[in-house]
Amino acid sequence: MSFQEPVFWTDAEDAAHRPYSVSEITSQVKGLLEENLPKCWVEGEISQYNHHSSGHRYFTLKDNASQLSAVMFKWQAGSLSFSPQQGMQVQVYGHISVYERGGKYQFYAEQLKPAGVGELAIAFEQLKNRLETEGLFAEDRKRPLPPYPRKIGVVTSPTGAAIRDIIQVLDRRAPDIEIVLCPARVQGEEAAAEIAEAIASLNQLDDIDVLIVGRGGGAPEDLWPFNDESVARAIHQSPQPVISAVGHEIDYTIADYVADCRAPTPSAAAEMVARERSVLRERVAEQQGRLLAEMEHYLNSLEERLRHCDPSRLCARLDDRLQQQNLHLDERRQALSTSFDWFLRTQVEALANATTRLDDLSPLTSLARGFALVEHVANKRLVRDSNELQPGDKLQLRFRRGGAICCVEEKLDE
Amino acid sequence: MSESFEESLAVLEESVQRLEAGDLKLEEALEVFEKGVAASRACGQWLDQTRERVQVLTADAEGQFRLSFLDDEDDQ
Repeated sequence: MSFQEPVFWTDAEDAAHRPYSVSEITSQVKGLLEENLPKCWVEGEISQYNHHSSGHRYFTLKDNASQLSAVMFKWQAGSLSFSPQQGMQVQVYGHISVYERGGKYQFYAEQLKPAGVGELAIAFEQLKNRLETEGLFAEDRKRPLPPYPRKIGVVTSPTGAAIRDIIQVLDRRAPDIEIVLCPARVQGEEAAAEIAEAIASLNQLDDIDVLIVGRGGGAPEDLWPFNDESVARAIHQSPQPVISAVGHEIDYTIADYVADCRAPTPSAAAEMVARERSVLRERVAEQQGRLLAEMEHYLNSLEERLRHCDPSRLCARLDDRLQQQNLHLDERRQALSTSFDWFLRTQVEALANATTRLDDLSPLTSLARGFALVEHVANKRLVRDSNELQPGDKLQLRFRRGGAICCVEEKLDE
Repeated sequence: MSESFEESLAVLEESVQRLEAGDLKLEEALEVFEKGVAASRACGQWLDQTRERVQVLTADAEGQFRLSFLDDEDDQ
């Protein structure tokens, strides 16, 4: 390689008679790079991502042929909306310069974002499928929200719109509901861990009835912490029911799927938690009105019953009762005498019949018709058969009136 | 006040229903009525409560939880 006069060397004479120091030549390289390569976007895959204790992020960008060292200082890393990971395809905005101490060039990153939504979408789907299979989204583990919570826990940024909206809604609808805020960053690299930790912290308080976990609206990458597995697990493990309130009407986050209930915005979550006090007041007033009306109704009915027990009415009712009894008695008596009459009549008839029959059987009746009774004078027995007689026997005949003594002349056979 | 709003409201509604059924003796009716009135009052008190300022839960270095009031600078 032949020596070439450096093009950036302005003082040709100086150059001619002394060599560069290392610092000088490095500084020249640095100046050359910075002047000729303006700020730009670079896309590549992250490898060797190192979140240094100083707060700076060191990483390497690569594609299939080259590598580029990169650094993001902590004052710029604060704007990160997601957690960069090894293997992630990203776009980085910044400039190329030289790290003079190390004598190497690197990329000074100011912004970092996922390259396209493709990667994130894939990660989202994978996590969603995995948690779904594990049963974290199961409908039958969704708990109902307590109807009248006394105290709610909120996990969100203490400075964001979400907590302001929640306080505002509750001030209006239910100024009695107590709010315990557990602050967490809701975007950036640390957000997911802080949200998960805040949920766990609120879980320690035993008088919290329900949790709202969320943030106001933002770009898809701003909502990314709510797609983090640690957040999903924390929600799943919460003993208190959780409402997710990630301020985005359309897109669902993983948190939305795991939560017991999803609200489209933090304000909507607050509305779900707090029934209008005015409605509750009306309901209580209505019940109280009914209670009073019922009691009055009851007392009126007692009074009515008492009025029935008025002495004059009582007397009248007693009379009425007696009269009824008398009528009844009369009826009975009448019936008795009727039936007795009938009984007597039948007896008389029976007697008459019997007498007639008795007359029929009487021997006097036969005598009257001309028959005679024949009696053996010797033994006073009635004679029914000529065989009982001997010629010469004395017989006494009895007629209807009077009689005669006869002598048997001759016995006649039948 | 130990009972929740839900419980008090349930007692109130049940009192109304029992009176409506109308098969109570006078002593029972008065007792039910008094219970209903007390429940109604409890409901009212529950609704009339107001919270103190919003509290913030934070953990200190030892992991001990601490509750403090949120500075509501927006209100002023």
